[in-house]
Amino acid sequence: MPTLKVEDLKTYYKIQRGFVKAVDGVSFDVEKGQALGLVGESGCGKTTIATSLLRVLPSNGMIVGGRILFKDFDIVRLTEAELKEDIRWKGISLVFQGAMNAMNPVLKVSDQIIEAIQLHEPNVEKQEALERAGKLFHLVGVDPSRLDHYAHEFSGGMRQRAMIAMALACNPDILIADEPSTALDVIVQAQVLQLLRQLKERLSLSLIIISHDLSIIAETCEKAAVMYGGKIAERGNIYAVFKNPLHPYTQGLLGAFPGIKAPKSRLISIPGSPPDLLKAPVGCKFTERCKFAMPICQNVDPELIEVEKDHYVACHLHNKT
Amino acid sequence: MEETLLRVNELKKWFPVRTGFFKSLAGREKLFVKAVDGISFDIKPQEIYGLAGESGSGKTTTGRLILRLIEPTAGKIYYKDKDITKLKPKEFTPYRRKMQIIFQDPYESLNPRMTIGSIVSEPLHVQKICKNEREVQERVAAALDEVQLTPPDEFVPRYPHEVSGGQRQRIAVARALVLKPDFIVADEPVSMLDVSIRAEVLNLMVDLTEKLKVAFLYVTHDLALARHLCNRLAIMYLGKMMEKGYTEDIIYEPLHPYTKALMAAVPVPDPESKRAEVVIKGEIPSPINPPSGCRFHTRCPQYIGDICRLKEPKLVHVGKDKYVACHLYSEKT
Repeated sequence: MPTLKVEDLKTYYKIQRGFVKAVDGVSFDVEKGQALGLVGESGCGKTTIATSLLRVLPSNGMIVGGRILFKDFDIVRLTEAELKEDIRWKGISLVFQGAMNAMNPVLKVSDQIIEAIQLHEPNVEKQEALERAGKLFHLVGVDPSRLDHYAHEFSGGMRQRAMIAMALACNPDILIADEPSTALDVIVQAQVLQLLRQLKERLSLSLIIISHDLSIIAETCEKAAVMYGGKIAERGNIYAVFKNPLHPYTQGLLGAFPGIKAPKSRLISIPGSPPDLLKAPVGCKFTERCKFAMPICQNVDPELIEVEKDHYVACHLHNKT
Repeated sequence: MEETLLRVNELKKWFPVRTGFFKSLAGREKLFVKAVDGISFDIKPQEIYGLAGESGSGKTTTGRLILRLIEPTAGKIYYKDKDITKLKPKEFTPYRRKMQIIFQDPYESLNPRMTIGSIVSEPLHVQKICKNEREVQERVAAALDEVQLTPPDEFVPRYPHEVSGGQRQRIAVARALVLKPDFIVADEPVSMLDVSIRAEVLNLMVDLTEKLKVAFLYVTHDLALARHLCNRLAIMYLGKMMEKGYTEDIIYEPLHPYTKALMAAVPVPDPESKRAEVVIKGEIPSPINPPSGCRFHTRCPQYIGDICRLKEPKLVHVGKDKYVACHLYSEKT
C-alpha cells in the first residue's frame, strides 16, 4: 500500500482567455521511504502538482478531477479545517522553490519554526517547540545556536537546510521539495542532496523531488516521472527511465543533459518549444517536436501504458494494442 | 608561435565597499570586494574558452572587464597584442566592433519596446558603419540568417515577447554578430533557458566558431556544459584562478583540491553512478575579507599546514599548458 496515491489528477487555472490545463490527468504512487522525482521543463505542471497535493493553489486554480489518496483521506475532498488538522505539515509538507527567499526577514528563524509547530499542534508549549526546533537544526546539520538569528544572516545553503528543518517540524510522512537546489552552487547543491538522501533513510521519509535537472533526480530518487504539457510522458523505476528511455521526449531530454565524464559530443536539442497549455493540441502534446510523429499522434492522445514491470510510457510507438 | 586573439595579464577589479560616514571619519582602512584579483589568460582565434566557478568567484566581472564595461583596477588587456586597457572611449570604439557580449537573461537584455529588427540594427547605427538603410537591412537579415531565425523578414517587425526563450537568446547572438566581431563574451547564455532548448543556443555557438571564425569567452557555473563546449577551461574561486588548461585534462585529471571537489559534486544523469561523499564543508567565503594565503584553505580537504594559511600559491605550470595554484604542486618546482 503506497503512502500516497494520485489518480487521474486534473488541476486547471482559470484565466480570462479560458482554462489552462496545467495538470491534466496525472497518476502516480509514492512508497514509504522512497523518493519520486518529477522532471520536466518550465510550464509542464510540476509545481502545480505540488501545490495540488497540499491544496495551496492560487485563487484561480482548482482541482477539477481525480483523487489524492493519503492514509484514509482523499485530499481533494477535505475541508480547509481538515487539511490543516491532518494534512499540511503533519502529513505532507512542502519546501518551496527559491527557499532562499521563502523565510520571513523580520522574524527570527526560531520564531518561524515555533509558529509552524504551534499552529499545527496547539498543545505544544513554546519551550518544547524551541527544543524541537533545536533538534531539527541538528538533524539538518545547522548549529542550533543559529536559531536565534535572522534569515539574512544565513548563507544560501543554510537557509535551504533551515527550510527543510522547518518542513520537518511536525514529522510529516511526505516531504515535497520543489527545485531544492536550483539557486545553489554545485558544492552546496551536492551537500543539500546528500542531506535529503540521509533524511529519507533516517526518518523513512517519502520524498517528492521536483526538478528540471535530470541529474538531480538520478542521484536522489528511486522512481522518476517525466512530465510534458501537464501529463506524464513516462514514469517508472529510475533505472528503467534513465537506461531504457522509451518516450522520444525522455530520450531528447537525456540527450540534452550530458554527463561531465562522458566523451565530448555535440549536444542534442529538441526543436521547437513547449506547448501553450491554453490551446493544447488534441493528440499527443509532443507531436510537433517529435521526430517519430505519426498521423495518429495528432488526433489521439496516447494512454500511459505499462510496457514492462514498473515502467509506463504514453506514446503511440509503444502502444501495441 | 600560435596567434593570440586576446590576452589578459594580472587583471584586477576591486570594488570599494561603501562604509558609513562615521566609519570613514574614524579613518579605518578602506574595504574592497576583490571580485577579480590578478588573473591572466589568453584566448586564441576561434576558440571557446570556458571560465567556470561558483557564484561570487568573479567570472562575470572578468567578462565585463575585458569589454571595458567596467574599468579594471589594475592589469592589462591586449587585443591582438594591442594594449586596450587605457584607451579613451573614442579610441576604443573600433575595438567594440570586434568584441561583443551576450548577456545571461534574454528576457531582460532585449528592450521590449523595440522590434527585433531595430534591436539587431542598433549596433550598426551606433557604430555608423553602414552607408545607407539598405545596407543596414541587409546586414540585419544576414545576422538573423546566421542564427537561423529564418526567414529574417518574418522576425524583423516582431517584438521580443512574441518569440520563445531560445529564439530570444538567438536574437541576442544576432545583435552581437551584426558587427562581425571576432570575439564574443557569452555570460551564462543558457542558464535561463529550458533544458531542451539550451542545446540549440550552445550548438549555434560551436557552429559560429567555425563558420564566422568567432572566439567565445564562455562564462558558466555549469561544468557539464563547459566540458562539451570549451577547448580550454579555467576554474575560478574568489577572484583567483585555481587551475587552467585543456578541458579534457581538467575534467579527467583535476589537480587542485577545489577542482576535484567540484568534479565530484557535479551531479551525473546516471542512476548507476556511485555518489562520492561531499568532502567540502561550508560555502564560498566573503570576497571582502578573503582568507589569507590560499583562498581555499578554509575548506580544503588536503590542507597541508601553515604554508596554505600564510602563503598565497602562484599559478605554476605543471605540463601541457596546464597551470595549478596549489602548494601541493608548487613545492615540486
